[in-house]
Amino acid sequence: MLMDLSIVILVEMLYAVASLILVSAGLAVVFGMMKVINLAHGEFMMMGGYATITAVNLGANVFFAMLVIAPIVVGLIGLVVERLVIRHLYGRLVDTMLATWGLSLFFIGLATMIFGNTTTGISTPIPGFAIGNYQVNGYNFFIIVVSILLLGAMLTILKATRAGLIARGTMQRSDMAAALGYSPDRIYMATFFCGSALSGLAGAVLAPLVGLVPTSGGAYIAKAFITVIAGGPSLIAGLFSSASFFGVVNQVFTFAISPVIGEVALLVAAVVLLRLLPQGITGKFFRGKL
Amino acid sequence: MGATVKHLNPKDIRKETNMSLNRRNFLASTAALASTSMLPRVALAAGSIKLGSILDTSGIFDAYGKPMDMAMRLAVNEINAAGGLLGKQIEVKAYDTQSDMALYSQYGQQLTRQDKVDVVHGGILSASREAIRQTMRKTKTLYFYNVLYEGGVCDRNIFINGVTPAQQVEALVPYAMGKSGKKVYILAADYNYGQITARWIQKFVADNGGETVGVDFFPLDVADFGSTIAKIQSVGPDLVIAPLVGGAHLSFFRQWAAAGMKDRIPLASTTMGVGNEHKVLTPEEGNGIMVAYNYSQELDTPANNSFKEKWSAAYGDSSLIHEIAVSNYQGVLTWAEAVRQAGSLERDAVIAALETGLSIDGPAGKVMVDPKTHHAVLDVHIMEIENQGMRVIETLPQRQPIDTQAVCDLDANPDDNTQYEIQI
Repeated sequence: MLMDLSIVILVEMLYAVASLILVSAGLAVVFGMMKVINLAHGEFMMMGGYATITAVNLGANVFFAMLVIAPIVVGLIGLVVERLVIRHLYGRLVDTMLATWGLSLFFIGLATMIFGNTTTGISTPIPGFAIGNYQVNGYNFFIIVVSILLLGAMLTILKATRAGLIARGTMQRSDMAAALGYSPDRIYMATFFCGSALSGLAGAVLAPLVGLVPTSGGAYIAKAFITVIAGGPSLIAGLFSSASFFGVVNQVFTFAISPVIGEVALLVAAVVLLRLLPQGITGKFFRGKL
Repeated sequence: MGATVKHLNPKDIRKETNMSLNRRNFLASTAALASTSMLPRVALAAGSIKLGSILDTSGIFDAYGKPMDMAMRLAVNEINAAGGLLGKQIEVKAYDTQSDMALYSQYGQQLTRQDKVDVVHGGILSASREAIRQTMRKTKTLYFYNVLYEGGVCDRNIFINGVTPAQQVEALVPYAMGKSGKKVYILAADYNYGQITARWIQKFVADNGGETVGVDFFPLDVADFGSTIAKIQSVGPDLVIAPLVGGAHLSFFRQWAAAGMKDRIPLASTTMGVGNEHKVLTPEEGNGIMVAYNYSQELDTPANNSFKEKWSAAYGDSSLIHEIAVSNYQGVLTWAEAVRQAGSLERDAVIAALETGLSIDGPAGKVMVDPKTHHAVLDVHIMEIENQGMRVIETLPQRQPIDTQAVCDLDANPDDNTQYEIQI
């Protein structure tokens, strides 16, 4: 009995870590790599959710909708946003904040106009199963697997492919990349597309677990920023280490006391962590790693 | 699959809300239109009766508020079509509070001090009721709160026709415990409704020889219940009772079903379905959840069937009708009947008429005003959710609000102004 419970708690912790990784991955690319403070990150996720639900209602397979349609739709929206707004604001941190905040209000309004300000949702496509005497949500495992694959894919692309090398080089010294014959403009565009697609993917994968409303994005934005900022300069090591830290803290307090205290503990841990490590976790540990 | 509660175009509501002109706009538009022959009807009804309505018709509580707004307008249109009240037409002044509690105090002030309405119907969450109740009392504006709630409000200026815990929980708990067992786990929304209802549930569980093995409270924006579901299993109750509120909390029922818990531990709720949530859940997610309310669309009575026909005639189809929409409809009818009997719009005369134990026959049966508490005596049905409907299992006729009756006597203490809470 105790054994089963520890496994269940372990699964819930992994799930908490995985969902933090998922929620923050898009922001890590856009903010961590490109230094664009994307306050519309939550709304990109919300649109991913709506893209999934709409596609499923139109008859698409739910996994295809989540893993393919939603990232592409939101990526394309991100592309338009980058061309029209963001590309004029590279290097102007505060201005990107204002512009993307406006965008977030715009997307909330747009979603309200199209879908109405009401709760919608789809049911989870994976049945629950038993661990000893406990039933767990089978969908949690799906989220864990998606997060692992996502981190693996990001690592492979950034480290082992030429495109990843060029992207990283451009983020560090765009003038040198330009001197070597690459167009920073197009590389920024592609990176923003990837970041948006990741946000869309996160929103899509989380959609079956929640009731979606146009303002749903607001629930994720704070956690995403906390995770990315506490992660520090390394993209993947930072994302992984801070998501693990916060996910575990959150779940320990949730099980020990209550879900509300779990949320409080996460925020307190973030404050303490940034006081001790102002540069984020990877500002001190795993330096120079990806 | 993917059933939603979004059949209503938000634009239509906005259009209608805009029709409630304030006095300055009214004069301006009347002047502007005076030269044309197309005077709107509202301009002709000089000296009309003003009914104030204050509801969340957008935002996360709109699934509650929109049908309530539709029900109120349906009642008003019916009364107006039959010649109005005291020979005057009723004019609606409606405000959308956008699921924002701060807007209640603002619009409450506007209704009472600027629009000077004759009566206010509205408020959905208990937090919103408490935000405007004192304003109504101070300005001597008669106030109807037509929503099921945690009970105990004792105030001569307010009339409440929603079911209270003694009417609902007292019926639901023994039925649900009979179908499951003695150990009960409670999951409640973290504000006054959830807190007080959870205490009532604990009381009735104890009264029926059971034991409450856990109580958890959730802020209204919590949408992840994974750890809670694991925790419930580690405690191992026979029954879970969930007074959860709003769109985010709907995730609990979805995640509970996704974890495969639905067939292991039965679920009862005091709120599921009040905003037609059971139509957003799939049958696999919703079937078997036990509830108890005053109204169900599946009530097969002549009164309900004719109500559904009237609703369909006005709005296309009747799928949006829910518990508190019917309460709101019955609230407007009760007020109208009192005005007729009083022969006046004056607050004290209308209250006196209501305190005669006046009753109306609504879609959910007879609703009688309890003179001592200003609450309602009404029918309660124990039901189970089945294929996105509520199957009536047992009907308990004309239940008294005994929880509030035990603490509140407005006959003896007309100046009382308290919300009594149960102590455990």
